[in-house]
Amino acid sequence: MNEINSFKKGIKAGFPICVGYFPVSFAFGIFSVENGLSVLQAVLISLTNLTSAGQLAAVPIMVGGGTIIELILSQLVINSRYSLMSVSLSQKLGKSVKMPHRFLIAFGNTDEIFAVASSNKEKVGFKYMVGLILTPVIGWVSGTLTGAIAGNILPEIVISALGLAIYGMFIAIVVPVIKEEKWTALCVATSIVLSCIFYYAPVLKEVPTGFTVIICAVVASALFAFIKPITIEEIKEEVENNG
Amino acid sequence: MDNTKFFIYLLVMAGVTYLVRMVPLVLVNKPIKNKYILSFLYYVPYTVLSVMTVPACFYATNSYISAIVGFVVAVVAALFKRSLVQVAVFSCVAVFVVEMIMNSI
Repeated sequence: MNEINSFKKGIKAGFPICVGYFPVSFAFGIFSVENGLSVLQAVLISLTNLTSAGQLAAVPIMVGGGTIIELILSQLVINSRYSLMSVSLSQKLGKSVKMPHRFLIAFGNTDEIFAVASSNKEKVGFKYMVGLILTPVIGWVSGTLTGAIAGNILPEIVISALGLAIYGMFIAIVVPVIKEEKWTALCVATSIVLSCIFYYAPVLKEVPTGFTVIICAVVASALFAFIKPITIEEIKEEVENNG
Repeated sequence: MDNTKFFIYLLVMAGVTYLVRMVPLVLVNKPIKNKYILSFLYYVPYTVLSVMTVPACFYATNSYISAIVGFVVAVVAALFKRSLVQVAVFSCVAVFVVEMIMNSI
């Protein structure tokens, strides 16, 4: 199977993520400073963690003098979805990716980087992944820095509008595929129904978001893997046949 | 915040986040052949992204009305196969315009 392994292509593919990350990490920068962290501390968190929800949950625990156990549990729950993504990404990595490379790529396996890597028809190589990780990291860290320093300059309405940027990217990845492939569409629809149930239903809405994402995604994906086993190769043929 | 305490928290947090990502990526290093597992892994990216988006995105802006308009604009732009940046920008602009209108009423 063909493999994309160009650093330049990775950088280019990472650019939209960089743009999408800026406002989110900007908001994190504001949030951190408001909670009493220094600018440098906020930037260090972003540089070493690269996870929006996890970071947002950690700051109050840190500032409030929470226990280490509390911090570990919160990160495990919120970030557990990355394990699922790492298993999926492991099948997407091409032959050029050696074992030591995996340790590096793992650091940058965020929702968005995973999404863009997965959206390639070909397998992905190490150089491509480095580029794909590097640009978003720059966006994530510089957004945090800018937000922490100058958070109060941007008008409220601009920050509000930027809140939709990341979701816009997710939509741009999912919608074109479910338009072409009906089983993927049905699977996605099922996962969304589950997600809404966990968001609004009494008792279930108390389940932490990190768990909700895993439960809904695993149940819908497993159900459709059983009903309609489908592989990436089959999908490609189908799309090519449909022209 | 005190730097010593901060670095202990930072180390623990970054360590946990990294391990969650690294362990599966390093352990699963052979191609999976089972068609059910392959199929499951094919569906995963789309379900994960969808679950994270709906309904959370409706609460990502100042008002759910602007968020719904932004969501619809993003879906339509994506149906027309616009790039990631274009879809994101269109949806943000839609939110901005709707909130400007709502503020002026």
